Amino acid sequence: MADSYYDPADLRKFGKITEWSEELGTKFFDYYGKVFEEGALSAREKSLIALAVSHVVKCPYCIDAYTKDGLQRGITKEEMMEAVHVGAAIESGATLVHGVQMMNKYNKLSM
Amino acid sequence: MEQSILTELKKAAKKSLKARHNDLADNHRQLQILNGGLFADGELPYFKNKIAETNQFPLKPNTLEILQINVGYMCNQVCEHCHVDAGPDRKEIMTRETMEQCLEVIRNTGAHTLDLTGGAPEMNPNFRWFVEEASKAGIKDFIVRSNLTIILANKKYYDLPEFFKKHNVHVVSSMPHYTRGKTDKQRGDGVFDKSIKALQMLNAVGYGMPDSSLRLDLVYNPSGAFLPTDQAALEHDFKKALKEDFDIDFHNLFSITNLPISRFLDYLIASENYEDYMYALVDAYNPAAVANVMCTNTISVGWDGWLYDCDFNQMLDLKVASTVKHIKDYNEDLLNDRDIVISQHCYGCTAGAGSSCQGSVA
Repeated sequence: MADSYYDPADLRKFGKITEWSEELGTKFFDYYGKVFEEGALSAREKSLIALAVSHVVKCPYCIDAYTKDGLQRGITKEEMMEAVHVGAAIESGATLVHGVQMMNKYNKLSM
Repeated sequence: MEQSILTELKKAAKKSLKARHNDLADNHRQLQILNGGLFADGELPYFKNKIAETNQFPLKPNTLEILQINVGYMCNQVCEHCHVDAGPDRKEIMTRETMEQCLEVIRNTGAHTLDLTGGAPEMNPNFRWFVEEASKAGIKDFIVRSNLTIILANKKYYDLPEFFKKHNVHVVSSMPHYTRGKTDKQRGDGVFDKSIKALQMLNAVGYGMPDSSLRLDLVYNPSGAFLPTDQAALEHDFKKALKEDFDIDFHNLFSITNLPISRFLDYLIASENYEDYMYALVDAYNPAAVANVMCTNTISVGWDGWLYDCDFNQMLDLKVASTVKHIKDYNEDLLNDRDIVISQHCYGCTAGAGSSCQGSVA
């Protein structure tokens, strides 16, 4: 067994999850591949969304994968960092908007 | 990457591996790396075994279409990724005698494309004479691979756009990115601004304009340890950015994968990206690209007249496996009967949509 939870080499073994459940694994990878095809959004735009979400869900594998994907697509580091800030802004906003709940509760309990 | 490694690489990047007496300047050492490690351990399949899965071993040539001639390794730039290990300190220059032998072949070849490369081919003292003579042979497509900055490197090169135009040369130029930062990082400080200026000079004489017969194509190769993506999408981005920011026009973008040899191999090892890069190449292996890989339609001629299956094999000194090995003994029928010499660097040309000096192949 590895002595740490995350090993970069595990990323390229991702496809192996299909070995223990072929039907679900195959369905997932088909879906995944389809999602990232050119559509109403370009593959480039999807790559930047994926990078932002990777940070929000704090997935080191996804961050490695979509930083590399962005480089491959010629996406600049400025574009990548802006995408990360979009994710961070939504995440911190999601925390802060709960401040209204706190205020509501505070007001309700206070005389 | 560790800052110290980066600094070391930058410092070293002003000289060729050869001038630095780096052990990777030795082709045997490069082949040892390419045949060892992950491949010797059985982690990754040898290229030979991979193509055998689809009955493509031994790899054989199709009809010869392109004669690619390397007129010397001297260059005004020392790009970090250069597979030629070219630079100002390289003295390997094709002689006029070898050029005469090449001209004899050019006049009689069945190939429709002549492709001059280097180094900076323009730095060969007989370059202009050679272009003038070769252009008389009636070859359909006559390519010169120009690094752009050479046009501004010295007053004697300022008229190159006019010279190319006069001989109806098809100019193919390197441009790693449409932003300054990425370009200069790979190719050296100031390269981006000079390249932009050179492209504008080429546009000014008619090169690359939408309906112009003066062909101007750009070559993109990744500035780092990653593979290129969809050529058409990159071309779209390059066209948009270069037009909007600098009013530059060009025809096509060729997307080329960096092969793990010479200075790019040195970079991969120093930055600890070698293993991941080889995995990425093998993972992206595409048997359809094998059928059209450029060694099946190209002969590469070295600065000293030796013959190779491609420019990469030339740098690894893997000569053609034929009774004909030198331009002075050139025989197209005999050469076309050869087996193509392969090693693990070949995965670079078969990844994804494939890669060749003419861009994607699949």
